[in-house]
Amino acid sequence: MNVFALEFPPVSHLFEWPDIIFSGSLFAVNKTVLIYLAAVLITSAIFLTAGRQRGSLVPVGVQHVAESGVTFVEESVVMETMGPEGKKYLPFLTTMFFFILFSNIFEVVPGIQFPANSRMAVPITLALVVWVIYNFVGVRSQGFFGYLKNSLFPPGVPKALYLIVTPIELVSTFVVRPFSLAIRLWANMVAGHLLLVTFAILTHTLWNNGYVGAAAPFAMLVLMTGFEILVSVLQAFIFTILTAVYIGGSMHAEH
Amino acid sequence: MLNILAQTGAGEMLEGLKAIGAGLGYGLAAIGPGIGIGTVVGNAISSMARQPESAGMVRTTMFLGIAFTEALALIGFVVFILLLP
Repeated sequence: MNVFALEFPPVSHLFEWPDIIFSGSLFAVNKTVLIYLAAVLITSAIFLTAGRQRGSLVPVGVQHVAESGVTFVEESVVMETMGPEGKKYLPFLTTMFFFILFSNIFEVVPGIQFPANSRMAVPITLALVVWVIYNFVGVRSQGFFGYLKNSLFPPGVPKALYLIVTPIELVSTFVVRPFSLAIRLWANMVAGHLLLVTFAILTHTLWNNGYVGAAAPFAMLVLMTGFEILVSVLQAFIFTILTAVYIGGSMHAEH
Repeated sequence: MLNILAQTGAGEMLEGLKAIGAGLGYGLAAIGPGIGIGTVVGNAISSMARQPESAGMVRTTMFLGIAFTEALALIGFVVFILLLP
């Protein structure tokens, strides 16, 4: 593509990485896989280290990070959406929050600068896991037919409206939900990466042509890097809180 | 103008129309969610200002509202990427 007479690489070049090892097989490893492995390792390392230490009264270092993370998820995700009985989902939600956060934050780490969640595979897998969990929780706490009745025939709706409401609820609860959950994370990361790449290419080209004008897109690049840090944290938070809302919604029948 | 149009091949016209469609599609898809997110955040801020002690709950609900509203714009963005020649 040609934008502002600059050579802009095709979108697929920005997101598809060549295989590094085991090329062509099912276990092919490329940059995205390595970033996910790093995210898994960092998340496990933080919580395993913090959990193995004899807990000191005043948390320092890794223990402090882990404890404030758990407290954050507990207070602003679990308590706000599910209440005290949702506390058994706290480990799952915390792990997911930190995994998504670390695989997003590589978007702004110098030298790596690729958000792993801008490939669709892992977001859709996480969303399907969430789908299985909230349906399982719904069936377990309300019974199969109770859960179907409560989610397809929401109480307090006039009888005739069920003709419209039921198909909409069927599609939105069981089909669209996991996709919108995955697409929200994926598209935000794609958009952020494209934004950073655009300003980086603009800066690079203007700098190479000897223009002083490179300062303007560079300032924008720095600004957008800060913004993308915010977006990475926010998307991890939103994914977690929506998961909590879905699980909480299927735990109780609506009144 | 018509002369130029007559000289371009059908394939090129198709590419150009695709690009126009992609751009217009994303722009149109962003209008509604833009207004919607403005409403959500504006009301959240005014309720936070009225009742600062409920700010935590309002903020959580605000992010939920933003996430649901934003989904439409993001679907538009996905269509934009898919249509890109």
